[in-house]
Amino acid sequence: MLINELPNGDFAFSLARQFLVDVYDMGFFTELAQSKDPMLAAIAAKAVKESRYHLRRSEDWIKRLGDGTRESHDRVQKAFKDLWGYLPEMFDVSDDEQQLVDAGVAVDRSALEENWTASVHAVMREATLEIPDDGWSISGGRDGMHTEHLGFLLAEMQVLQRNYPGQQW
Amino acid sequence: MVVEADKADTAQLFKLLSSVCDPEIPVLTLQDLGVLRDISISGDEIEVTITPTYSGCPAVEVMQEDIKTALADAGYQHVTVQQSLSPAWTTDWMSDAGREKLRAYGIAPPARQAGQQTERTNIKCPQCTSGDVKRISEFGSTACKALYQCQDCREPFDYFKCI
Repeated sequence: MLINELPNGDFAFSLARQFLVDVYDMGFFTELAQSKDPMLAAIAAKAVKESRYHLRRSEDWIKRLGDGTRESHDRVQKAFKDLWGYLPEMFDVSDDEQQLVDAGVAVDRSALEENWTASVHAVMREATLEIPDDGWSISGGRDGMHTEHLGFLLAEMQVLQRNYPGQQW
Repeated sequence: MVVEADKADTAQLFKLLSSVCDPEIPVLTLQDLGVLRDISISGDEIEVTITPTYSGCPAVEVMQEDIKTALADAGYQHVTVQQSLSPAWTTDWMSDAGREKLRAYGIAPPARQAGQQTERTNIKCPQCTSGDVKRISEFGSTACKALYQCQDCREPFDYFKCI
């Protein structure tokens, strides 16, 4: 998903993105743990436990920043506004993916949206933050249409193998 | 020295592996942590099953090597270490001896019954045993630990989180 390609930057932005993805991960991995694929199900059962405490951290920070100083409030409010258009992609199921959903392997992510929205809105309200309006949106990660940031991520992750093919440590 | 695996029994092998420690918390053995799940012997092959504590745990490869080394030192040559992901590791598998060692080392051990909401009320300072503690950060020196401070003796300490 494109939201995962965005670079960390302002602390409020990094935490807002983390929070939005953590809430998604909780719902997603909970469902994926029911997958008919035993390997995916085992990884998901593990991931949901780890996501739970990642969420504990990011949720605390959103409340602290949103209901903190004017500066922290404004920064985290702006971060949510800047991130809002990346969210529809989370629940957008492609045709190929639908086949895996029908086979009981993948998660019907469109069904996760309702709980996700309720959880995110509740925390944001407690953090005295406004829910941004739906407006622009962008997607395409699953169709191979990425942000410009992915190139930098890949370059960093691949640099060792590009320079020293077959290297191990 | 080469020992035929089919002459060994699993209890003996568990005993041999009782010296293998977690690379990141060296006071704990893999058995204390509940990471060492099973040992099976088939002919001259030994298969050791471990369940990693955390996905992406950087210590897993070191654990596998340490297990092979410990068995090789005792003469067992044909050893494979496989990872079992399901059921997922939980802090509930940590032994009482392991919890006590953690406390003595200065790390507050995880509360029992991972996933229950009582966790935060059961944390005691590993130095003075006071229950009046304050969380400084949800993530401490490693992802599996949180940083706390005792309000009585003022010592900061790591708490091994429930998972």
